[in-house]
Amino acid sequence: MGIETKLGNLGAVTTSLQKAVGWSRTRAMWPLLTGLACCAIEMMASQAADYDMSRFGMELMRASPRQSDLLIVAGRVSRKMAPVLRRLYDQMPEPKWVIAMGDCCSCGGVFNNYAIVPGVDEIMPVDVYIAGCPPRPEGLIHGILTLHDKVMAEKLA
Amino acid sequence: MNPLELLRGLATTLSMMFERPVTYQYPEIKRPVRERFKGRHELKRYDNGLEKCIGCSLCAAACPADAIFVESAENTDEERYSPGERYASTYEINMLRCIFCGYCEDACPTEAIVLEHNYELSFTNRRDAIYTRDMLLVPAPEHGRPTPMVTAPREFDRSIPEMADPQ
Repeated sequence: MGIETKLGNLGAVTTSLQKAVGWSRTRAMWPLLTGLACCAIEMMASQAADYDMSRFGMELMRASPRQSDLLIVAGRVSRKMAPVLRRLYDQMPEPKWVIAMGDCCSCGGVFNNYAIVPGVDEIMPVDVYIAGCPPRPEGLIHGILTLHDKVMAEKLA
Repeated sequence: MNPLELLRGLATTLSMMFERPVTYQYPEIKRPVRERFKGRHELKRYDNGLEKCIGCSLCAAACPADAIFVESAENTDEERYSPGERYASTYEINMLRCIFCGYCEDACPTEAIVLEHNYELSFTNRRDAIYTRDMLLVPAPEHGRPTPMVTAPREFDRSIPEMADPQ
Protein backbone atom coordinates (compact mmCIF):
# COMPACT_ATOMS: atom_id res chain seq x y z
CA MET A 1 0.00 0.00 0.00
CA GLY A 2 3.02 2.18 0.39
CA ILE A 3 1.99 4.14 3.46
CA GLU A 4 5.43 3.80 5.00
CA THR A 5 7.07 5.02 1.81
CA LYS A 6 5.31 8.32 2.50
CA LEU A 7 5.69 8.37 6.26
CA GLY A 8 9.06 6.69 6.65
CA ASN A 9 9.75 3.85 9.05
CA LEU A 10 7.30 4.25 11.89
CA GLY A 11 7.81 0.80 13.43
CA ALA A 12 5.05 0.20 15.92
CA VAL A 13 2.52 2.34 14.04
CA THR A 14 2.85 0.42 10.79
CA THR A 15 2.83 -2.99 12.47
CA SER A 16 -0.34 -2.20 14.40
CA LEU A 17 -1.87 -0.66 11.28
CA GLN A 18 -0.91 -3.79 9.41
CA LYS A 19 -2.67 -5.88 12.03
CA ALA A 20 -5.78 -3.69 11.82
CA VAL A 21 -5.82 -3.87 8.03
CA GLY A 22 -5.36 -7.64 8.09
CA TRP A 23 -8.06 -8.00 10.70
CA SER A 24 -10.56 -5.92 8.76
CA ARG A 25 -9.75 -7.70 5.51
CA THR A 26 -10.25 -11.14 6.96
CA ARG A 27 -13.38 -10.30 8.93
CA ALA A 28 -15.37 -9.15 5.91
CA MET A 29 -14.18 -11.11 2.93
CA TRP A 30 -17.11 -11.52 0.64
CA PRO A 31 -16.90 -14.32 -1.88
CA LEU A 32 -18.14 -14.09 -5.43
CA LEU A 33 -21.25 -16.12 -6.17
CA THR A 34 -19.80 -18.51 -8.71
CA GLY A 35 -19.84 -22.24 -9.05
CA LEU A 36 -18.62 -24.32 -11.92
CA ALA A 37 -19.37 -27.90 -10.94
CA CYS A 38 -19.93 -30.29 -8.08
CA CYS A 39 -17.63 -28.46 -5.65
CA ALA A 40 -20.16 -25.64 -5.76
CA ILE A 41 -22.67 -27.91 -4.03
CA GLU A 42 -20.29 -28.25 -1.09
CA MET A 43 -19.70 -24.50 -1.23
CA MET A 44 -23.45 -23.97 -0.91
CA ALA A 45 -23.52 -26.42 1.98
CA SER A 46 -20.78 -24.50 3.78
CA GLN A 47 -22.74 -21.30 3.24
CA ALA A 48 -25.93 -22.80 4.68
CA ALA A 49 -26.96 -23.18 8.31
CA ASP A 50 -24.99 -26.33 9.17
CA TYR A 51 -21.58 -24.79 8.59
CA ASP A 52 -22.49 -21.13 8.19
CA MET A 53 -19.58 -19.27 6.66
CA SER A 54 -21.04 -16.01 7.95
CA ARG A 55 -19.25 -16.89 11.18
CA PHE A 56 -16.11 -15.87 9.30
CA GLY A 57 -17.47 -12.62 7.92
CA MET A 58 -18.71 -14.18 4.69
CA GLU A 59 -22.19 -12.98 5.37
CA LEU A 60 -23.35 -13.30 1.82
CA MET A 61 -22.05 -14.20 -1.58
CA ARG A 62 -22.01 -11.24 -3.90
CA ALA A 63 -23.41 -11.81 -7.37
CA SER A 64 -21.34 -8.96 -8.77
CA PRO A 65 -17.56 -9.30 -9.04
CA ARG A 66 -17.22 -5.59 -8.30
CA GLN A 67 -18.50 -6.14 -4.78
CA SER A 68 -16.49 -9.23 -3.90
CA ASP A 69 -13.04 -9.84 -2.45
CA LEU A 70 -12.67 -13.55 -2.82
CA LEU A 71 -13.11 -15.83 -5.80
CA ILE A 72 -13.74 -19.43 -4.84
CA VAL A 73 -13.20 -21.41 -8.00
CA ALA A 74 -15.40 -24.40 -7.27
CA GLY A 75 -15.30 -27.05 -9.95
CA ARG A 76 -13.45 -27.97 -13.09
CA VAL A 77 -12.54 -25.08 -15.38
CA SER A 78 -13.17 -25.88 -19.01
CA ARG A 79 -11.27 -24.15 -21.80
CA LYS A 80 -14.47 -22.40 -22.75
CA MET A 81 -15.14 -21.16 -19.22
CA ALA A 82 -11.56 -19.99 -18.61
CA PRO A 83 -11.83 -16.57 -20.35
CA VAL A 84 -15.12 -15.92 -18.54
CA LEU A 85 -13.54 -16.70 -15.20
CA ARG A 86 -10.52 -14.55 -15.99
CA ARG A 87 -12.84 -11.69 -16.85
CA LEU A 88 -14.65 -12.08 -13.53
CA TYR A 89 -11.29 -12.04 -11.78
CA ASP A 90 -10.23 -8.90 -13.65
CA GLN A 91 -13.45 -7.15 -12.66
CA MET A 92 -12.90 -7.73 -8.96
CA PRO A 93 -11.42 -4.75 -7.13
CA GLU A 94 -8.08 -5.00 -5.35
CA PRO A 95 -7.23 -6.51 -2.92
CA LYS A 96 -8.58 -9.83 -4.14
CA TRP A 97 -7.87 -13.44 -3.36
CA VAL A 98 -8.50 -16.71 -5.11
CA ILE A 99 -9.18 -20.11 -3.58
CA ALA A 100 -8.92 -23.13 -5.85
CA MET A 101 -11.42 -25.45 -4.28
CA GLY A 102 -11.11 -29.12 -5.09
CA ASP A 103 -8.79 -31.17 -7.22
CA CYS A 104 -9.97 -30.19 -10.68
CA CYS A 105 -9.28 -26.48 -10.48
CA SER A 106 -6.13 -27.01 -8.43
CA CYS A 107 -4.31 -29.14 -10.97
CA GLY A 108 -6.80 -30.77 -13.30
CA GLY A 109 -7.40 -33.63 -10.88
CA VAL A 110 -8.67 -36.75 -12.53
CA PHE A 111 -9.11 -35.04 -15.88
CA ASN A 112 -6.42 -35.32 -18.50
CA ASN A 113 -7.99 -34.12 -21.70
CA TYR A 114 -8.26 -31.24 -24.13
CA ALA A 115 -11.36 -29.70 -22.60
CA ILE A 116 -10.24 -29.03 -19.03
CA VAL A 117 -7.70 -26.42 -17.97
CA PRO A 118 -5.05 -28.24 -15.90
CA GLY A 119 -5.37 -26.00 -12.87
CA VAL A 120 -6.91 -22.56 -12.60
CA ASP A 121 -3.47 -21.12 -11.80
CA GLU A 122 -2.86 -21.27 -15.55
CA ILE A 123 -5.13 -18.24 -15.88
CA MET A 124 -4.97 -16.45 -12.51
CA PRO A 125 -2.84 -16.40 -9.36
CA VAL A 126 -4.17 -18.74 -6.68
CA ASP A 127 -3.68 -18.16 -2.95
CA VAL A 128 -4.98 -21.39 -1.42
CA TYR A 129 -5.49 -24.83 -2.92
CA ILE A 130 -7.92 -27.19 -1.21
CA ALA A 131 -7.63 -30.91 -1.82
CA GLY A 132 -10.66 -33.15 -1.98
CA CYS A 133 -13.06 -34.33 -4.60
CA PRO A 134 -15.06 -32.43 -3.53
CA PRO A 135 -13.72 -31.14 -0.20
CA ARG A 136 -16.06 -31.34 2.75
CA PRO A 137 -17.56 -28.04 3.90
CA GLU A 138 -15.10 -28.28 6.80
CA GLY A 139 -12.35 -28.62 4.22
CA LEU A 140 -13.43 -25.40 2.55
CA ILE A 141 -13.61 -23.62 5.89
CA HIS A 142 -10.13 -24.89 6.69
CA GLY A 143 -8.97 -23.46 3.38
CA ILE A 144 -10.57 -20.13 4.20
CA LEU A 145 -8.84 -20.09 7.59
CA THR A 146 -5.55 -20.86 5.81
CA LEU A 147 -6.23 -17.87 3.58
CA HIS A 148 -6.97 -15.75 6.64
CA ASP A 149 -3.59 -16.69 8.09
CA LYS A 150 -1.97 -15.74 4.81
CA VAL A 151 -3.76 -12.37 4.65
CA MET A 152 -2.88 -11.60 8.28
CA ALA A 153 0.77 -12.24 7.45
CA GLU A 154 0.73 -9.85 4.48
CA LYS A 155 2.93 -6.78 4.69
CA LEU A 156 1.57 -3.37 3.85
CA ALA A 157 4.35 -2.27 1.52
CA MET B 1 -55.03 -12.27 3.11
CA ASN B 2 -56.11 -13.83 6.34
CA PRO B 3 -54.43 -12.14 9.33
CA LEU B 4 -54.71 -15.39 11.26
CA GLU B 5 -52.34 -17.06 8.77
CA LEU B 6 -49.91 -14.21 9.18
CA LEU B 7 -49.93 -14.77 12.93
CA ARG B 8 -49.41 -18.50 12.45
CA GLY B 9 -46.38 -17.81 10.34
CA LEU B 10 -44.99 -15.43 12.92
CA ALA B 11 -45.64 -18.00 15.64
CA THR B 12 -43.37 -20.43 13.76
CA THR B 13 -40.67 -17.77 13.60
CA LEU B 14 -41.08 -17.08 17.29
CA SER B 15 -40.92 -20.76 18.26
CA MET B 16 -37.70 -21.15 16.25
CA MET B 17 -36.11 -18.49 18.44
CA PHE B 18 -36.04 -20.95 21.32
CA GLU B 19 -34.55 -23.84 19.34
CA ARG B 20 -30.88 -24.69 19.57
CA PRO B 21 -28.78 -23.49 16.61
CA VAL B 22 -27.89 -26.25 14.17
CA THR B 23 -24.49 -24.88 13.18
CA TYR B 24 -21.42 -27.05 13.76
CA GLN B 25 -18.81 -24.73 15.28
CA TYR B 26 -16.23 -26.23 12.96
CA PRO B 27 -12.71 -25.06 13.83
CA GLU B 28 -13.40 -25.40 17.55
CA ILE B 29 -15.65 -28.47 17.54
CA LYS B 30 -15.01 -31.05 14.87
CA ARG B 31 -17.84 -33.31 13.91
CA PRO B 32 -16.59 -36.91 13.82
CA VAL B 33 -16.68 -38.38 10.34
CA ARG B 34 -18.16 -41.74 9.45
CA GLU B 35 -16.08 -44.84 10.04
CA ARG B 36 -15.62 -45.44 6.33
CA PHE B 37 -14.88 -41.82 5.44
CA LYS B 38 -12.03 -41.54 2.97
CA GLY B 39 -9.61 -38.78 3.84
CA ARG B 40 -5.86 -38.45 3.88
CA HIS B 41 -3.86 -41.64 3.32
CA GLU B 42 -1.66 -43.37 5.85
CA LEU B 43 0.93 -46.05 5.31
CA LYS B 44 0.49 -48.65 8.01
CA ARG B 45 2.95 -50.82 9.90
CA TYR B 46 2.90 -54.28 11.43
CA ASP B 47 2.98 -54.70 15.20
CA ASN B 48 6.75 -55.33 15.15
CA GLY B 49 7.33 -51.98 13.40
CA LEU B 50 7.96 -53.23 9.87
CA GLU B 51 6.24 -51.27 7.12
CA LYS B 52 3.42 -53.01 5.35
CA CYS B 53 4.17 -51.39 2.01
CA ILE B 54 6.30 -53.63 -0.18
CA GLY B 55 6.67 -51.16 -3.04
CA CYS B 56 4.72 -53.17 -5.62
CA SER B 57 3.15 -50.05 -7.26
CA LEU B 58 -0.25 -51.70 -7.60
CA CYS B 59 -1.79 -48.61 -5.97
CA ALA B 60 -0.12 -46.40 -8.58
CA ALA B 61 -1.50 -48.62 -11.33
CA ALA B 62 -4.99 -48.57 -9.87
CA CYS B 63 -5.05 -44.80 -9.32
CA PRO B 64 -7.43 -43.17 -11.82
CA ALA B 65 -5.85 -39.75 -11.34
CA ASP B 66 -2.18 -40.91 -11.45
CA ALA B 67 -1.64 -39.27 -8.08
CA ILE B 68 0.70 -41.92 -6.64
CA PHE B 69 4.37 -42.38 -7.42
CA VAL B 70 6.22 -45.38 -6.00
CA GLU B 71 9.84 -46.34 -6.37
CA SER B 72 11.06 -49.52 -4.71
CA ALA B 73 14.43 -50.68 -3.48
CA GLU B 74 15.81 -53.96 -2.17
CA ASN B 75 15.55 -54.93 1.48
CA THR B 76 18.54 -56.48 3.17
CA ASP B 77 18.71 -58.14 6.58
CA GLU B 78 20.99 -55.35 7.78
CA GLU B 79 18.62 -52.65 6.62
CA ARG B 80 15.09 -53.96 6.56
CA TYR B 81 12.06 -51.73 6.08
CA SER B 82 9.39 -54.23 5.16
CA PRO B 83 9.02 -58.00 4.98
CA GLY B 84 10.00 -59.64 1.71
CA GLU B 85 12.34 -58.54 -1.01
CA ARG B 86 11.47 -54.92 -1.62
CA TYR B 87 10.22 -51.81 0.10
CA ALA B 88 9.03 -48.43 -1.17
CA SER B 89 12.05 -46.16 -1.07
CA THR B 90 10.01 -43.29 -2.52
CA TYR B 91 6.30 -43.02 -1.98
CA GLU B 92 4.61 -39.81 -3.01
CA ILE B 93 0.95 -38.89 -3.22
CA ASN B 94 -0.12 -35.62 -4.75
CA MET B 95 -3.08 -34.68 -2.55
CA LEU B 96 -4.33 -32.22 -5.14
CA ARG B 97 -4.58 -34.97 -7.75
CA CYS B 98 -6.00 -37.61 -5.46
CA ILE B 99 -9.77 -37.93 -5.67
CA PHE B 100 -10.02 -40.08 -2.51
CA CYS B 101 -11.76 -42.91 -4.32
CA GLY B 102 -10.02 -45.64 -2.32
CA TYR B 103 -8.96 -47.74 -5.32
CA CYS B 104 -5.40 -47.79 -3.92
CA GLU B 105 -6.76 -49.28 -0.72
CA ASP B 106 -8.54 -51.98 -2.74
CA ALA B 107 -5.50 -52.70 -4.89
CA CYS B 108 -3.04 -53.01 -2.01
CA PRO B 109 -2.11 -56.66 -1.39
CA THR B 110 -0.83 -55.99 2.14
CA GLU B 111 -3.43 -53.41 3.25
CA ALA B 112 -0.60 -50.95 3.71
CA ILE B 113 -2.37 -47.86 2.42
CA VAL B 114 -5.50 -46.79 4.27
CA LEU B 115 -7.55 -43.66 3.71
CA GLU B 116 -7.94 -42.20 7.16
CA HIS B 117 -10.09 -39.46 8.56
CA ASN B 118 -8.12 -36.25 8.05
CA TYR B 119 -9.82 -33.89 5.63
CA GLU B 120 -7.99 -30.66 6.46
CA LEU B 121 -5.94 -30.45 3.31
CA SER B 122 -5.34 -26.93 2.12
CA PHE B 123 -2.11 -25.58 0.78
CA THR B 124 -0.78 -22.20 -0.25
CA ASN B 125 1.59 -23.86 -2.66
CA ARG B 126 1.13 -26.77 -5.04
CA ARG B 127 4.43 -28.30 -4.01
CA ASP B 128 3.26 -28.65 -0.40
CA ALA B 129 0.46 -30.91 -1.61
CA ILE B 130 2.91 -33.70 -2.45
CA TYR B 131 3.02 -35.92 0.61
CA THR B 132 6.16 -37.96 0.87
CA ARG B 133 6.74 -41.35 2.44
CA ASP B 134 7.83 -39.83 5.76
CA MET B 135 4.65 -37.77 6.00
CA LEU B 136 2.36 -40.67 5.13
CA LEU B 137 3.99 -43.36 7.26
CA VAL B 138 2.51 -43.82 10.72
CA PRO B 139 4.96 -43.89 13.65
CA ALA B 140 6.14 -47.28 14.88
CA PRO B 141 3.77 -48.91 17.38
CA GLU B 142 4.70 -49.45 21.03
CA HIS B 143 6.05 -52.97 20.70
CA GLY B 144 7.79 -52.29 17.43
CA ARG B 145 11.13 -50.89 16.44
CA PRO B 146 11.53 -48.08 13.94
CA THR B 147 12.69 -48.91 10.43
CA PRO B 148 15.27 -49.63 9.03
CA MET B 149 15.97 -52.50 11.39
CA VAL B 150 18.50 -55.31 11.52
CA THR B 151 16.83 -58.69 11.35
CA ALA B 152 17.94 -62.32 11.42
CA PRO B 153 18.49 -63.92 8.01
CA ARG B 154 15.45 -65.70 6.52
CA GLU B 155 13.19 -64.30 9.23
CA PHE B 156 11.08 -62.12 6.94
CA ASP B 157 11.36 -63.68 3.51
CA ARG B 158 7.68 -63.49 2.63
CA SER B 159 6.27 -60.25 1.24
CA ILE B 160 2.78 -60.97 2.54
CA PRO B 161 3.47 -62.57 5.92
CA GLU B 162 1.09 -63.57 8.67
CA MET B 163 1.96 -60.86 11.15
CA ALA B 164 -0.10 -59.05 13.69
CA ASP B 165 -1.46 -55.55 13.17
CA PRO B 166 -0.84 -52.95 15.86
CA GLN B 167 -3.56 -53.09 18.49
